[in-house]
Amino acid sequence: MNPEEAAAKPNPIEQFELHRLWPFEISGIETSFTNASLFMLLAALGVVALMILATSKKAIVPGRVQAMAEMLYEFVAGMVRQTAGTEGMKFFPFVFTLFSFILIANLIGLVPYTYSVTSQIVVTFAFAAVVISLVVVYGLYRHGFGFLNLFVPHGVPLPVLVVLVPIEIISFLSRPVSLSVRLFANILAGHITLAVFGGFVMMLLGAGVWAALAPVPLLAIVALYALELLVACLQAFVFAVLTCVYLNDAIHPGH
Amino acid sequence: MMSMAIISSAFAAEGEQTTHETVGAGEAHHEGAFPPFQTENFAPQIFWLVVIFGLLYVLMSRIALPRVGGIIENRGAKIASDLGAAREMQSKAQAAAAANDENLRRRREEAQAIGREAQNKIAGETAKQRTIAESQAAEKIRAADERIASAKAKALANVEQIAEEAAAAIVEKLTGAKVDKSAISEIDATSSPAKEALNAF
Repeated sequence: MNPEEAAAKPNPIEQFELHRLWPFEISGIETSFTNASLFMLLAALGVVALMILATSKKAIVPGRVQAMAEMLYEFVAGMVRQTAGTEGMKFFPFVFTLFSFILIANLIGLVPYTYSVTSQIVVTFAFAAVVISLVVVYGLYRHGFGFLNLFVPHGVPLPVLVVLVPIEIISFLSRPVSLSVRLFANILAGHITLAVFGGFVMMLLGAGVWAALAPVPLLAIVALYALELLVACLQAFVFAVLTCVYLNDAIHPGH
Repeated sequence: MMSMAIISSAFAAEGEQTTHETVGAGEAHHEGAFPPFQTENFAPQIFWLVVIFGLLYVLMSRIALPRVGGIIENRGAKIASDLGAAREMQSKAQAAAAANDENLRRRREEAQAIGREAQNKIAGETAKQRTIAESQAAEKIRAADERIASAKAKALANVEQIAEEAAAAIVEKLTGAKVDKSAISEIDATSSPAKEALNAF
């Protein structure tokens, strides 16, 4: 997020542009290392620093950062256990990686001049696709055709089923879309709003007498920034919880 | 901040360049296309996402999560074992305290018994000593009484004799006649106020 830059050339979309830092391709597919890749790497390194470097002492009485790592661990473990049951704990490493990566990426994206990895639909859709593929593959592997019970709510009379089953199927198919768009749209909209308000500040400062009004959008940015911090954490949490809910469907397909 | 601004503006310049290139290459995207929907950006992002997220998953599932889980489990085990040890210690301490109390009670009883015995012994001893002393004293008193009685008798006997002789001498002086001593003794035996007076003395 970089309101100053956006104001210099008032274009709130510019912050989402991809810049090839190290252009190259593998067998005809472009695999350039971009600014997005750089911040993916930084987010991953942030998670590694928190979960591996900070826990290297394995202290019985934890320091601050180790306590944070443990809290994150127990938070996600509790979430998985509550939502997907004990059997869901086999997906705990996946959910944990997903949650911590999205959380750290969202938070890094709030620092000015950085890049928000999760503001790209292709990234969030890739996550959603992995989650839904995991649900379908595990559901079929675990229950075979019994997995299809997911679409047939238990104890519903046949005439109602005729209507209900297509609805269930549509709702299932819309899951990857809603899952990916929710995260993408929240982060994108937040960053655009911040940039737009930053642009207001610059425009007012350059408009003679109207410069007196410049602090108003600035204060709005402060408030929005606090909201965006909440959104960054909340959307990571929502993504992880929904992943657990969907995995629970794969584990226990009968409603 | 300054250097960051320079870097990011360099990014922007480069980005424009690449966009121009792609446009030049005949892609269907114009310069102002919304970046998240530019399809030529998809492949590099997915590639690096898969690489980075995959590595992160491996690091988390192989190293980080087992380690943190182990730390938490160890702590739980340590706390449980410490609590168990503390509980054991406490029960030991309580048992020791109870044993001590019991011991103390027994010792006190023993001490009381010894005291009582000593008291009884001393009382018995004292009583014996007293009876011995009393009997000895009584013996001595009796002996003294006997001595006094004999001395008195002797003294009385001497007084009689002296009195008889004195009487005989008085009578002889007065009368000039010899007086038989036995006659005086008889008078003396029948009535003798002097003797009575002596006895009362």
